Amino acid sequence: MAKRAGMEVAMAVAEAVGQCNIDMAAVYPITPQSHIAEHLSELIADGKVDAEFVTVESEHSAMSAVIGASGTGARVYTATSSQGLMLMHELLPIASAMRLPIVMGIANRAVSGPLNILNDHSDIMPQRDSGWISIFVENGQEAIDLSIQAFKIAEHKDVLLPVCINIDGFQLTHMVEPVEFPEQELVDKFLPPREPYATLHPGKPVTMGAFAMSDYYPEMMKAKNEAIKNSKKTILAVWEEWAKIFGRAYKPVETYKAEGAEILLLTMGSMGETAEVAIDELRAQGKSVGLVKLRLWRPFPFEELKEAVKEAKKLIVIDRAVSFGGPGGPVFSEIKSALYHEEARPMICNYIIGLGGRDVAVTDFTGMITRVLREDSKKIADTCEFWGVRER
Amino acid sequence: MIEVRWHGRGGQGAVTSVELLAVAAISAGKYAQGFPSFGPERRGAPVAAFSRIDDKKIKVRSGIYQPDVVVVLDSSLVGMVNVTEGLKPNGILIVNTPKSPEEMKKELNFSGTTATVDATGIARKEMGVPIANTTMIGALLKMIGIMDLDAMKESVEHRFGRIAQKNLTAMKRAYEEIKISN
Repeated sequence: MAKRAGMEVAMAVAEAVGQCNIDMAAVYPITPQSHIAEHLSELIADGKVDAEFVTVESEHSAMSAVIGASGTGARVYTATSSQGLMLMHELLPIASAMRLPIVMGIANRAVSGPLNILNDHSDIMPQRDSGWISIFVENGQEAIDLSIQAFKIAEHKDVLLPVCINIDGFQLTHMVEPVEFPEQELVDKFLPPREPYATLHPGKPVTMGAFAMSDYYPEMMKAKNEAIKNSKKTILAVWEEWAKIFGRAYKPVETYKAEGAEILLLTMGSMGETAEVAIDELRAQGKSVGLVKLRLWRPFPFEELKEAVKEAKKLIVIDRAVSFGGPGGPVFSEIKSALYHEEARPMICNYIIGLGGRDVAVTDFTGMITRVLREDSKKIADTCEFWGVRER
Repeated sequence: MIEVRWHGRGGQGAVTSVELLAVAAISAGKYAQGFPSFGPERRGAPVAAFSRIDDKKIKVRSGIYQPDVVVVLDSSLVGMVNVTEGLKPNGILIVNTPKSPEEMKKELNFSGTTATVDATGIARKEMGVPIANTTMIGALLKMIGIMDLDAMKESVEHRFGRIAQKNLTAMKRAYEEIKISN
């Protein structure tokens, strides 16, 4: 029987990674990821997980270390947040170009300045074009499940790309809640040892991360793009297998009471469940509203998104980050461009919320939906508003 | 769903309390959340922590603004922090103080159910330290009655090892000695 327990989500993530037969981890502690780093190093030091924990002096070194170790064929893990991820940024496209199946947990946090340690999505958004598969979770159970699945997806011979799992800092990492750990035997069966395509070995020298000028560089970029687009097939297959073995199903785009709804709200990450409560309240008042939750950020799930919103008249996209001077929040501009050529498409508007850990309550969602219900479509179209932000 | 806000000072173990309570409630088959007030915390400075307990899955992840119960671990916070802020009029206030619940009611101008227990005195006697966080779990369970005191045993033993029994004894004393004014 799978074990149900109450545990802080960050520690549960470390436990789950410890179930994955990892060979090596290099994690530099940073709030709110720290409990992942601490607990994983504890599991390794106590001999409960047979792996090497490499202590490093920065996140740049953590990413460099896992790139090197992954090149040798090892199964590797790292985790970070905010400024740590920004420091890693330089190495992220290298990891994906070298087709290394690194798994990284990101305890999403605002970026400086001003200095802020609380949750939003402004650390992951600048990494969007790094060639990493990027997936969001909304509760502790999903954080466990996706952290395990990530190794299988990353290492699959048709993928060979790094994967990051986005786990909202504090809202998820610091929450003690019920979680269920899959049985070790079943995890071992689901996740056999890594079979690397090529390895760094002195006995059989190969070059990884080679030099390429204009003669080969564009081909490499197209190949990487094809690889990440193709990875969706494997992601879907892995989720199907997971559902069969563990009974919990995952989709690139999740929906809640969305069928036939006139107004849809779209969220990513831990806001999803709070938004469900708002939808329940408005449904009870007879309002035609539903929720769409974007789980897969890269590769972007175009077909599933179009399918989910095709019947809606209005779509409210929630962003937890800002694209300064851009066309609205980063999620908003993605969704808008994805729907541009659709004949039947909803009016779309954008609210930016929860920046720097500002609390997101049920009343925020009911408030914005009620406002959009009231306004005529022309007036709300293309609105991009910082919800609840003081202006004087 | 029961929502609880805990007031303490950094280092007094409010976060440990919400963690122990959530773990125990989940072991007892319930759904629960335990979380700190997010952000940097300093030893001695006023802090808050939060608990949610329900028989069904808890979805909401926002802060708690209208708690059913407020637990005050350190009575020196009374008058310094607005401990009854948002507390439902029919809610419960529990304060660690040797004062009577009637005195506390008057001091805080709160008309709902108020309970007091000298948890620091109990902790000092039973554990030799003036840390009342686990003791106050006994007081809380007496007032909300969602599960037996025995349900705490496993999580307290897991957390405190050889000093677990002292914590459990202190918890039981608070459960028994709490004074209530409706």
